[in-house]
Amino acid sequence: MTDTNRYDAIVVGGGHNGLVNGAYLAKAGLNTVILEQRHLVGGAAITEELYPGFSFTTFSYALSLIRPEVIRELELVQHGFNPIYMPTSFSPMENGDYLLLGPDRDENIREIMRHSPRDADAMDRYEHDVARILQLIQPLFDRVPPNIFGKSEEDAEDIGWLLGHLGSAEPKVIHDAVRLITGSISDFLDDYFENEALKGYLAASSTTGTKVGPMSAGSGLVSLMMMMGEHDGHLGSWSFHKGGNGGFTQLLGRAAQSFGAEIKLEARVDHVITKDGRAVGVVLEDGTEYLADVVVSALDPRQTFKKLVDPRELPGELVESIDRFQFNGTSAKVNFALDGAPRYPALGDRTDHYRGFVSIAPSVEYLERAYDAAKYGWYSERPYLDTCLQSFLDPDMAPPGKHVMSCFVQYAPYHLKGSDWDTERQNLGNTVQATIESFFPGFGDLVLHREVVTPLDIERVVGLSEGNIYAGDFLLPQMYFFRPAPEWSQYRTPIEGYYQGGSGTHPGGCVMGAPARLASQQILKDKAAKS
Amino acid sequence: MVKTTPFHPRLAELNTTQLWSHWAGHLSASQYDIAAKHEYFGVRNAVGFFDASPLYKYEIAGRDAERFLGGVLARDIRTCRPGRAQYTIWCDSNGYVLEDGVVFRHSANEFLLTAAEPNLSFLQNQIGSLEVVIDDVSDHYAMLAIQGPRARAALAPLAPEVNELGYFAHAQSKIAGSEVTISRTGFTGDLGFEVRLPADNALPILDAIMEAGEPHHMRPFGDQALNILRIEAGLPLIGAEFSSSRYAFNEHERFTPDELGFGWLLKGIDDDARPFAGRRAILAERSNSSSRWKTVGISVNPREYDELFYGAGLIPPKDEPPAAWETMLYDEDDERAGYATSYTYSPMAQTHIGIARVRPELAAIGTTIHVEQTVNHVYTTSPATVTSMPFYRPERKTSMS
Repeated sequence: MTDTNRYDAIVVGGGHNGLVNGAYLAKAGLNTVILEQRHLVGGAAITEELYPGFSFTTFSYALSLIRPEVIRELELVQHGFNPIYMPTSFSPMENGDYLLLGPDRDENIREIMRHSPRDADAMDRYEHDVARILQLIQPLFDRVPPNIFGKSEEDAEDIGWLLGHLGSAEPKVIHDAVRLITGSISDFLDDYFENEALKGYLAASSTTGTKVGPMSAGSGLVSLMMMMGEHDGHLGSWSFHKGGNGGFTQLLGRAAQSFGAEIKLEARVDHVITKDGRAVGVVLEDGTEYLADVVVSALDPRQTFKKLVDPRELPGELVESIDRFQFNGTSAKVNFALDGAPRYPALGDRTDHYRGFVSIAPSVEYLERAYDAAKYGWYSERPYLDTCLQSFLDPDMAPPGKHVMSCFVQYAPYHLKGSDWDTERQNLGNTVQATIESFFPGFGDLVLHREVVTPLDIERVVGLSEGNIYAGDFLLPQMYFFRPAPEWSQYRTPIEGYYQGGSGTHPGGCVMGAPARLASQQILKDKAAKS
Repeated sequence: MVKTTPFHPRLAELNTTQLWSHWAGHLSASQYDIAAKHEYFGVRNAVGFFDASPLYKYEIAGRDAERFLGGVLARDIRTCRPGRAQYTIWCDSNGYVLEDGVVFRHSANEFLLTAAEPNLSFLQNQIGSLEVVIDDVSDHYAMLAIQGPRARAALAPLAPEVNELGYFAHAQSKIAGSEVTISRTGFTGDLGFEVRLPADNALPILDAIMEAGEPHHMRPFGDQALNILRIEAGLPLIGAEFSSSRYAFNEHERFTPDELGFGWLLKGIDDDARPFAGRRAILAERSNSSSRWKTVGISVNPREYDELFYGAGLIPPKDEPPAAWETMLYDEDDERAGYATSYTYSPMAQTHIGIARVRPELAAIGTTIHVEQTVNHVYTTSPATVTSMPFYRPERKTSMS
């Protein structure tokens, strides 16, 4: 062992949270190393040229929830932060019609009126009510959750803050928030809308990444999480980052390095070294040791508590909680290299509807039927697809005139009944392609290359348990002061010096950076208290 | 009756919003479709084209053309070799700025000057006994700006000359059978070119450029997107940052080059062989340190901005079109510090930015300035930091590849 392997802090995992964590710790003056198992940083937020000239966002594909605080505090603008605002949402319908929404409220009203005059003003009410809910919840994303089971003065203060914050809201806003968080998105939307296409479009994101259907209680919560982001003051809006989400994590890596963090690639951590109940370093699979008084796991809770450390060193109740923590990966990706733009018959040769998400979610019922398959251990015959042709906004993603298309697929459960993903991979690809073909005739002729990413592939490549894209389902018992377990939601662990700061901690998954930001604050606070 | 530019028949088809502004007596598209913001992103990430035809254009030629321009323009025209262009200003004899423009030098004795306002009689009145002929060729030429990281790739198949064009250089080329002048210039602070072309062949040339740009997602952009782009680029706009001192009613409405941040244009002002209008007054201003203002960038501190609005129960506004009025600035003692002449939210800077005039002692980079805000119908301020400009400067703007 040489001194060169001694650091103040070690971050396990170079996904976006690991990079954010490392950047904050290095910025605070800690000699920090980030250990990433793969040949590139980014975890599930990477861009790869899997077919010559075409850049694929293999897994995560768009940006919204990244906290403005992270952008500012890590000086990301100076490192090349370049989100490209997505102005449109396009939802094809099964009867050949479509719903095309953009940034102009009045044009949207007219478009909605085409389908339902009643829903035109309902949209304003819905958006306003949701904005109020977001305003209520957003501050919770920028604070360590209170330990409601704690008895310390600090715990009392934290709980007091929460009660004060909720107490200052209007009763209607609290009630709307509870209706959305505990109920189904289908019921919530029924309170406003009648049109199926509009409801399908608005319900679609409620199904992402979690094993719930739009009619299940709890789908409102997922929907809320997907709306928590913002761009340029537009709540719930999404963007592509220049160069895809890999372009974003590359710049996060540069930012971390500029603060002095070291990044070591192909450094797969085997386990955390503990001594007398405290963490003192890590050992790589190749036997290399790194020593530090602070070790942060940016991996998911199952990896954090059951792989990196010996569960026998942990309280039994925590281990049980982690064992019960639901992963239930139900998402897949199919990425295409296309020879040209797909054609939607009702729009002729137009392509201006490809400047944002193209959402194959024509009705709530379509989504719920897609979910039915997952309940019984199979993938949807007609899946919900959240697709985008990033090359329309960022032409560097594909050669001139060609396009790259990312398709997020829901549902594709990790546990298949009667088969396995190595057998079903191309069948899933065919199912997705056939679904697209049914809306965009001739689509198949454009396909130059197809990359199918199953939940098993997500687990194998990225390391996310059961391929769960949020490092743990968005379910109410797994959120806020329960994420990932009661009493352990404040980024510490029972092992002194060992911290958790991945998407399995509050506020959760998506390229948000908030878990890592809050974890690093906690680490620095503990360090200050000690000295 | 407002005029239309030679590109208008095509632009009218493209402008699905039918939103037009009036610019120099012509219809000028405000935005072409649903979101001006998206046109902005199109320029920053792909390539866009802008119809700059309404600019006034003057051909200035003759044995004494260089001497003439040397006396009129405040920037040293002798340093502008044939095949080069210069951003320049002209001043009155009291050292106040009249206007700005771009001058292209085609040969030792042939120049072309573009300007946002008419200047023919002003220019002709300065000729005196010199041998110079000035022609107004404003309507002979249309102008198309092609701007953004894909601008070179889009134009190269039509005009390979663009591959060799350095920043502020120009060359002759041929597009759709017509002689055109292509310059590495623009108003976006990005990689970009401007094509000056014969008005009577404008549509075939535009069609050829649009076709060449299609695989690069070339799209038109309007005034609104241009305004965000040029503020990010820190480029002054006549009518916003200043207006001609000739039409000022008092000293609050006229500004010197140093006050407007144009000091860099005056290189060589100490050389007596450069007797341009306003020189002596500017020299006096410098030796007396009598500048009243300095032009700086201001960048609003985003955290305090957000907290101001969130604290009032509002969602911080970040998507307004650039302010069409002046924004007042205050110092730490709540005394008037100056005012922002342009102010907008910048997607690249992820905060509000402004081109501002402040008291000279507040111009140091890093100084805190307080920007007027209105929250719940009450005036208040939020802090900003004095920064250098441009706010966004990609390497591709000036690089050769």
